Amino acid sequence: MPTAASHLFKQRVPAALADRDLKAAMDKAQDGFIGKREQAVSQYPGFEALRELGREIKDHTLAHLDFYLDRYERQVQRNGGHVHWARNSNEARTIILDLCKRANARNVTKGKSMVSEEIGLNGALEESGIAVHETDLGEYIIQLAGETPSHIIAPALHKTKAQVSDLFHAKHQRYGFHQRLTEAPALVNEARQVLRRRYLDAEVGITGANFLIAENGSNMIVTNEGNGDLTRTMAKVHIVTAGIEKLVPTLEDATVLLRLLTRSATGQEFSAYTTLSNGPRREEDPDGPDEYHVVLVDNVRTEMLGNEFRSMLRCIRCGACMNHCPVYGAVGGHVYGWVYPGPMGSVLTPLNVGLEEAGDLPNACTLNGRCQSVCPVNIPLPDLLRRLRRRQHETGLDSRYSRAALRLWTALAARPALYRRAMQWGAVAMKRLAGRRGRLRRFPLAGGWTRSRDMPAPAGSTFQTLYTLYKEGRRR
Amino acid sequence: MSDHAKPPRVGLFVTCLVDLFRPNIGFASIKLLEQAGCEVDVPAQQTCCGQPAFNSGDYDATRRIAKQVIEVFEKYDYAVGPSGSCMATMRAHYRDLFEDDPPWLERVDRFGERVYELLSFLTDVMGVARVDAGFAATATYHDSCSGLRELGVKQQPRRLLESVSGFRLQEMDDSEVCCGFGGTFCVKYPEISARMVTDKIAAIEASGADTLIGGDLGCLMNMGGRLSRLGKPVKVYHTAEILADMAGGPAIGEVDAE
Repeated sequence: MPTAASHLFKQRVPAALADRDLKAAMDKAQDGFIGKREQAVSQYPGFEALRELGREIKDHTLAHLDFYLDRYERQVQRNGGHVHWARNSNEARTIILDLCKRANARNVTKGKSMVSEEIGLNGALEESGIAVHETDLGEYIIQLAGETPSHIIAPALHKTKAQVSDLFHAKHQRYGFHQRLTEAPALVNEARQVLRRRYLDAEVGITGANFLIAENGSNMIVTNEGNGDLTRTMAKVHIVTAGIEKLVPTLEDATVLLRLLTRSATGQEFSAYTTLSNGPRREEDPDGPDEYHVVLVDNVRTEMLGNEFRSMLRCIRCGACMNHCPVYGAVGGHVYGWVYPGPMGSVLTPLNVGLEEAGDLPNACTLNGRCQSVCPVNIPLPDLLRRLRRRQHETGLDSRYSRAALRLWTALAARPALYRRAMQWGAVAMKRLAGRRGRLRRFPLAGGWTRSRDMPAPAGSTFQTLYTLYKEGRRR
Repeated sequence: MSDHAKPPRVGLFVTCLVDLFRPNIGFASIKLLEQAGCEVDVPAQQTCCGQPAFNSGDYDATRRIAKQVIEVFEKYDYAVGPSGSCMATMRAHYRDLFEDDPPWLERVDRFGERVYELLSFLTDVMGVARVDAGFAATATYHDSCSGLRELGVKQQPRRLLESVSGFRLQEMDDSEVCCGFGGTFCVKYPEISARMVTDKIAAIEASGADTLIGGDLGCLMNMGGRLSRLGKPVKVYHTAEILADMAGGPAIGEVDAE
């Protein structure tokens, strides 16, 4: 598992907010994603009903996950493939490393897979002397830059076009490309030329999965670059990495979720490539791998299946929640400090790496609910984040300062007469502090507020005080 | 409201922010409710809805506060307040606290369906279609998140504002995007909150409006405080103040002229 840096969240925020390139990249990306999704959804009559159906399919599958996993495994075996079960990241890495060694692999191509990030696969392969070549353009860019994904479907979202120009110019010299390109199509073309050679060299191709279909053992992936197809067909061995929550009962179910996925993710009716892998090459097939392996990863998924976070397993990794999150938009994905950023990551990261490590993530949220409103399977993200805060509170992991402030407030709230006196006292005190200006530029205990905002001063009497006078006046 | 002879009895939930910072919103709420034909009472035993404790994960403390709120307000036909977020806590979230307590859960549900945010109560329950008020302004409206997403408050305040003479609504971009208040969020993560409110101010300015209207005082204080710090002349009022024709005094965060 990659090391988490989520405890650095607060420390990293100022630099992220001050990064102008990041702001430019985030504003552009969020505006694009939001507008395209809105358009695609408005053009699909009954999108709400489709969302509900998607939720039902996922809930049904999760309720019978043992059955569908078993069925899926048998179908994969019937197609000539192998299913491997990994309880944790360590087991998953070991299984994949063994498969690569057996194939005498020196080069591995990879389609985009967030689970491979979750299990820290690239580092493990490289340590064993195997070269890893990311083939998704975004993944390729961040691999060249030595970075991690900042978004689950657009890993290089945080980069501007100018930064990619500089990066390619610096790193592609050794392949004979000496000109600094500035236009997107030319940059894509140059990356394609570099990557083409990789497909021919690779002994093993590794892809993720968007949907694993129990009824026939198929794996469905969607891409816009076709890199997934080349990764899975060109190498002798195709390995699929996926979380166990990727199961769906039937091909029909997968198409429902596919309609939700592409519209929610990129605002497309259909991605450019939708690919089904069924197993190794059969005699009559013109191409395909000799071996087909699926590595199913658990990590905390079985645990989530049995607790109050089960609904999070409905997630189909579209990224709509982060695209619509104003906090993610302000700080970008790297600040979250682990594989999954934004709202879905703020739920998943603490469950995977612990609340001690990732305690900021459930709190760095205004609970505005926009994420849930665009989630294709209606995951109650704000509620799940609040439940993590509850865990924090009940295990004493919240800050001493906020505990004390909260205790004081709730004690007041439980004593109406005292509360009324305290509020009236506060109204007078704050009005005096404000003086004639009518607003406070500084206020004890609210430094964070007054650093960038004034605090409007109270009128000097609380509503309750004035209302008592008003009622007496009415009686006379 | 089954008995037409008897006006509905409404318990006004003032909210702690209105109580402390802006009593005018409370009086405006009373006026609007009475104009709509309600009998309004403001129980003195009310305090806080419990939202700060709830959003901080202290379910036990919230449960104690929720019981107190229910005991004070369940005797009325309706509990109504000038805030989407407090009323959403009471209407939509109290039940989360009593998942393991069936007798109370039933009581919470009976109470919850009679809890309303002020503007949606006026239009959706009382059938108010217009108000008798005047306010000359080009105003933009911020949709506060809880009211919008948890209670479906969107068109109700806009419809009533349309009937205010001299009032022109000029929508801003991203009116549904959070202003960065988020209760304790703005104190715990002030820099992120400041970025969010700065973006919001830019959208307000770009709309060309001279007035900002909204239905939650927390958000209005956040945006008003930022506007005031930046020296922007945009005036900030709660929807109820405009509709009740009680926006003659200083705006939120504005210095009293006298």
